[in-house]
Amino acid sequence: MGVGIQVDKLNAWFGKTQALQEINMTVAANHATAVIGPSGCGKSTFVRCLNRMHETIPEARATGRVRIGDMDVYNGSSATHIRRRIGMVFQKPNPFPTMSIYDNVAAGLKLNGFRDRKRLDEIVERSLTYAALFTEVKDTMHKKSGASLSGGQQQRLCIARALAVEPQVLLMDEPCSALDPISTGKIEELIFQLKERFTIVIVTHNMQQASRVAEFTGFFLLGKLIEFDKTEKIFTNPSDKRTEDYITGRFG
Amino acid sequence: MASSTALTNDFAAAPISLRRRLMDWTATGAAVAAVVLVLAPLGAIFGYLVYKGIGAVNWNFLTQIPKPPGEVGGGMANAIAGSAYILMIASVIGVPIGIGAGIYLAEYGRNRFGDVIRFTADVLNGVPSIVIGIVAYGIVVLRQGHFSALAGGVALAIMMIPTITRATEEMLLLVPNVVREAAYGLGVSRWRTTLSITLRTATSGVITGVMLAFARVAGETAPLLFTAFGNTYWNWKINEPTAALSLQVFTYATSPYDDWHRQAWAGALMLIVLIVLSVTAVRIAAGRGMKGG
Repeated sequence: MGVGIQVDKLNAWFGKTQALQEINMTVAANHATAVIGPSGCGKSTFVRCLNRMHETIPEARATGRVRIGDMDVYNGSSATHIRRRIGMVFQKPNPFPTMSIYDNVAAGLKLNGFRDRKRLDEIVERSLTYAALFTEVKDTMHKKSGASLSGGQQQRLCIARALAVEPQVLLMDEPCSALDPISTGKIEELIFQLKERFTIVIVTHNMQQASRVAEFTGFFLLGKLIEFDKTEKIFTNPSDKRTEDYITGRFG
Repeated sequence: MASSTALTNDFAAAPISLRRRLMDWTATGAAVAAVVLVLAPLGAIFGYLVYKGIGAVNWNFLTQIPKPPGEVGGGMANAIAGSAYILMIASVIGVPIGIGAGIYLAEYGRNRFGDVIRFTADVLNGVPSIVIGIVAYGIVVLRQGHFSALAGGVALAIMMIPTITRATEEMLLLVPNVVREAAYGLGVSRWRTTLSITLRTATSGVITGVMLAFARVAGETAPLLFTAFGNTYWNWKINEPTAALSLQVFTYATSPYDDWHRQAWAGALMLIVLIVLSVTAVRIAAGRGMKGG
């Protein structure tokens, strides 16, 4: 089951440059929330702060409070523990190139010491099914490398890999920007189904995509959260002039 | 559509000027000549070794130890085994240190300390092998009080380390950062990511680096002169002087006996063949391992 996310006064820096300023946001459980905004506005940094991926970059740091369900992300839990509960899908499909399809999906569990072969088989099959990839790869998943799949399949493989560790939240950082329209359609369909089990936060450059998949949308500009509301409201009747300018294509 | 096809055909049918064709031939010819120039010395060396040495390679050469000076016959069996033994010792010491240092440089070494190690490795790579032999003499032979296989292994290990370190670093840096991020995103710790994901992704490149270092030190003579020292009998003890092919070739080639000269050629041939065989064997084994894993 998904859980909600509560962000209070989140600030993030790269060295001396401040990338996020005083972000407050409440993400509803089992819904999809889209994060939109022009390039460099901090939307990727924002989702990377939610699972502490931000701090893997040298000289990057963040302050503030992020709660995922009952877990305080920046206080009392280790980053690895947090990341097991918050899955992430990246902009470019990034399967482990030397591993088979099966091993890619099993990687998160295996590398964390999970060894039960039978349970692994079940989890891999279930995760690939959730990611709508199972029927396409079930005969070849032990033999073929993850890198041999098409771009769209690779991205669904990465989703399956993220789901295999049974996270409660799934962060997607522009998951379709490297994909063709058909693969994009498949992933969007997937997001619809995944919402039943996970809370989804999706960064996107594509405003149509945000309006298609997300119930809530946040608009970022220059490191600030300008407006956060129901998607419908953002796209039909935004309260901030800057949001309106952006969604009507006047800048960005 | 039709018009554009016609245009392409016109273009394709147009004669290519003589000047462009000449340029094409010249460039291709120059590239082929360069390849021949690179391969010719290798072919010449190998061919000459076979020509001079193959006559002395026989069962006795491969199974017997040297006869006393002046007596015809005998072989280099102990030297072949000794070379393998010393190289094994060198690899056991040098490969883990080299790969470990390479991992440090690539994954954690973006700082002053890393720069110092990088610089040191590059300098070490250029240190003459005889000097490394003296160092091993100083730290092993003098302390133990006698020449030994271990001292030879240490000398060769010191020569392997910088090559392996730099090759490992380069190969790990070629692994895209998104692959590391994928592992971090799954809640895999940093050290586990480095060993199970990054290093594994770079395995074939790292193995190439190790084999380069191995092949380079396999034929070294100078660092063994006053470390392994050589031995005319069998030796499997790590603390005793040990024969090595390169040393044996050196000794025989500078001797006054015709039979030993022939054996020196054969020994040199064996050395090259053994290096080629071991590098090939590791490549095949590694290729299997990659597919299986």
